[in-house]
Amino acid sequence: MADKRKNRLRLWVQLIWTALTNGYAVGFVKGTIFKGPSKAFCVPGLSCYSCPGALGSCPIGALQAVLGSGRNKFGFYVLGFLLFIGALLGRFVCGWLCPFGLVQDLLYKIPFFKKRKNLPGDKILKWMKYVILVLLVILLPLLVVDFVGQGQPWFCKLICPAGTLMAGIPLLAANENLRAAAGSLFALKAVILGLILLLSVWVYRPFCKYLCPLGAVYGLFHPIAFYRLKVDTDRCTRCGACQKACKMDIPVFDKPNSMDCIRCGDCVRACPVHAITSTLSHKKTGR
Amino acid sequence: MKKGLQKFLAAALAALGLIMMVGGGIFGGEAAIVLQKAIYVCLECIGIG
Repeated sequence: MADKRKNRLRLWVQLIWTALTNGYAVGFVKGTIFKGPSKAFCVPGLSCYSCPGALGSCPIGALQAVLGSGRNKFGFYVLGFLLFIGALLGRFVCGWLCPFGLVQDLLYKIPFFKKRKNLPGDKILKWMKYVILVLLVILLPLLVVDFVGQGQPWFCKLICPAGTLMAGIPLLAANENLRAAAGSLFALKAVILGLILLLSVWVYRPFCKYLCPLGAVYGLFHPIAFYRLKVDTDRCTRCGACQKACKMDIPVFDKPNSMDCIRCGDCVRACPVHAITSTLSHKKTGR
Repeated sequence: MKKGLQKFLAAALAALGLIMMVGGGIFGGEAAIVLQKAIYVCLECIGIG
């Protein structure tokens, strides 16, 4: 009973956070976006700043904007923000605060004849998010520039399904001019979004596992992040119940602070001997 | 106690570094770049640009 309550708590936090950070309801009706000063600030999750409701900025979009501006070769502001959130929470953001993570969580709840935790080739596919981070988020915006020295947000342009879902579709639905301008690029992004959404019914959070550059950044901080999981080695029997419960398929008893962990807490609840705890402390009493 | 103090100092220094990094970025005009980008519809993000 308590377990179910905690599971619901995560869903409620995800829903409330998504509504709070995308609370400009007028934008959805008029097909416009919010233009207030709060948009100078980043939100922790992958939340497109062109979503009609968005009140803040996506850190990945913001990083590409700064690096591609032609004025900055290093995004102190956005990287500082990512360092701060990463060092404090790590991928807790993915599990609890990311709107696109919420979408994938809800899709995975749809009954399907056989659910999978991973795709075949999972170990190699996991590296794709790091390639995307380095290539599309950092290098291309910095190096591929036009005649005035400005780069483009390549990740947003070619891949980001959150942008298509949260910004592209609502804006095109409500704005006739934008609808008329949509062409092959929108079709490509719609196909990518469709594939990811379909896959999410079958596989748990495929975008987070294999493609998300924001999750890749936050995951790098897990060995040092303040918010962490701890395994009491005296209690742990290595029964594997934690890995069985983990939808990201992490052997938590062995790697409680794996870079792929989204801190959903399923393992904490599944442990029959209560050996796993989430903590803000770095005291070494376990793994 | 001494180890605790060392840890606290390391964390405080890291926090100070981060604050300086973010502050430097804001005063260097990066927040303005983000705002400028975010208050107009990002055509690339929605699949038009």
